Amino acid sequence: MSTTLAFLGDFGEAIKFIFQERESVSGGVQIGGIPELAGFGATHMIVSIAALAIAAALAIPLALWLGHIGRGDFVATATSNVGRAVPSLALLAFFISFVGLGYTNVIAVLVLLAIPPLITNTYVGVRQVDRDTVDAARGQGMTDLEIVRKIELPLALPSIFGGLRISAVNVVATATIAPLANVQTLGEPIITPQTYGFVGQLGAAIVVAVITLAVDFAFARLQRAVTPEGLKLEEPARRRWFSLPTRRRLESR
Amino acid sequence: MIGVPLAQLQIQEPGGSDACAAANGFCPGWIVENIDRYWTPLLEHVYLTVVPVLIGFALSLGLAILAHRRRWLTGPIVAISGIFFAIPSVAAFFLLQPITGLGYTTAIVALVSYTLLILFRNITDGLRNVPAETRDAALGQGLTERQVLYRVELPIAVPEIMAGLRIATSTTVGLAALAVFAGAGGLGSEILVDKRFKSNVVVAGGLAVLLAAAFDLLILTLQRFMTPWRRARA
Repeated sequence: MSTTLAFLGDFGEAIKFIFQERESVSGGVQIGGIPELAGFGATHMIVSIAALAIAAALAIPLALWLGHIGRGDFVATATSNVGRAVPSLALLAFFISFVGLGYTNVIAVLVLLAIPPLITNTYVGVRQVDRDTVDAARGQGMTDLEIVRKIELPLALPSIFGGLRISAVNVVATATIAPLANVQTLGEPIITPQTYGFVGQLGAAIVVAVITLAVDFAFARLQRAVTPEGLKLEEPARRRWFSLPTRRRLESR
Repeated sequence: MIGVPLAQLQIQEPGGSDACAAANGFCPGWIVENIDRYWTPLLEHVYLTVVPVLIGFALSLGLAILAHRRRWLTGPIVAISGIFFAIPSVAAFFLLQPITGLGYTTAIVALVSYTLLILFRNITDGLRNVPAETRDAALGQGLTERQVLYRVELPIAVPEIMAGLRIATSTTVGLAALAVFAGAGGLGSEILVDKRFKSNVVVAGGLAVLLAAAFDLLILTLQRFMTPWRRARA
């Protein structure tokens, strides 16, 4: 019974921390409350959005082109394999020790984390476009650029947004450890328990979890919104967000 | 390994009298001399990968077989495991602490929850991709539904199941690096002990990457032994 109460107590205190200022564990400073967390949240969002935008600008055109010319099975599989195998914490620490602290380095790390799902999903999205459709477009006299823009891109959009969704969730999640590189995101209370205590850590964890779920949900809605009507009519294909180019799919072209 | 009191993050000076280490360089000499201190975290990391993947696999296989019979369960299971999957691991390690405390339990519960979506999807996809004719042929030969599942459908689904296992394992190796926030050690704790010391970061991070590669190779080898018919064809 007492453990149950204690456990409710921790969450209760953590929620209070989110909404009300209090004195820090070590004393002297006011911590917590909406204004401070909003500041951390703003930084969190700025680095996340910047990283996702840069990653998308780099990865999507590259993968569209690779998909269009049909070369890049290796690139698509290799980036996703390497991307998964390198722990985000190791990558951040690598940048901290070899390059340094600060915004630029944190954004660089987040960009690197966001790129693999974007490449893989865009590439697979383009490769899944029915070859007959592409041939028909070519037969009507479309140029390569037109085929990419008017046929392959729209039909690959659901898959591309699937990739954006994975990357966005990864980026927002990883921005939590950015305070290790002196960028004060919502992870700040988590990384500095000597000031914020366990209650602050738990409070920040709640905020981070809620924001990430909101991002995930928003991108899921977006993904549905950008799906062309024609694709919605088809039998609901197997939806996988981290679609890897499976052997069968790659061989079937 | 387990039950060792878990020291929370201690900040240490770059160890040794080595001039290179003192200058915070990348020092092969320091690495050779200090490699011993990485074995325990590496073992913890192996434990933090193998246990969650095995538990997650058992759970997902059970759920997938259940959902294979009762199709309507697929949606809710994917939705719930999708929520688990989206919650950042660092947050999960703290959200669980009031319930499961500081240590391995918290880390393992959180890590299991990340494997569910990946494994469940791949197992159900694998089962669903078995050609209908194959199923019909098996049923026509007088096999019961149960026999069809264990003798026909699951073996045919092995490649996709193993693909899921590979993704789940490498993901878990990466996330286990953050288990230090649950007080469960692992290579992540070595990284945090001295995140500015190049040699330390390279060794601890490099070991995590090598571990992921080693597991991947292991599962691939296992798959080759489990599906001899594919080798014969190739």
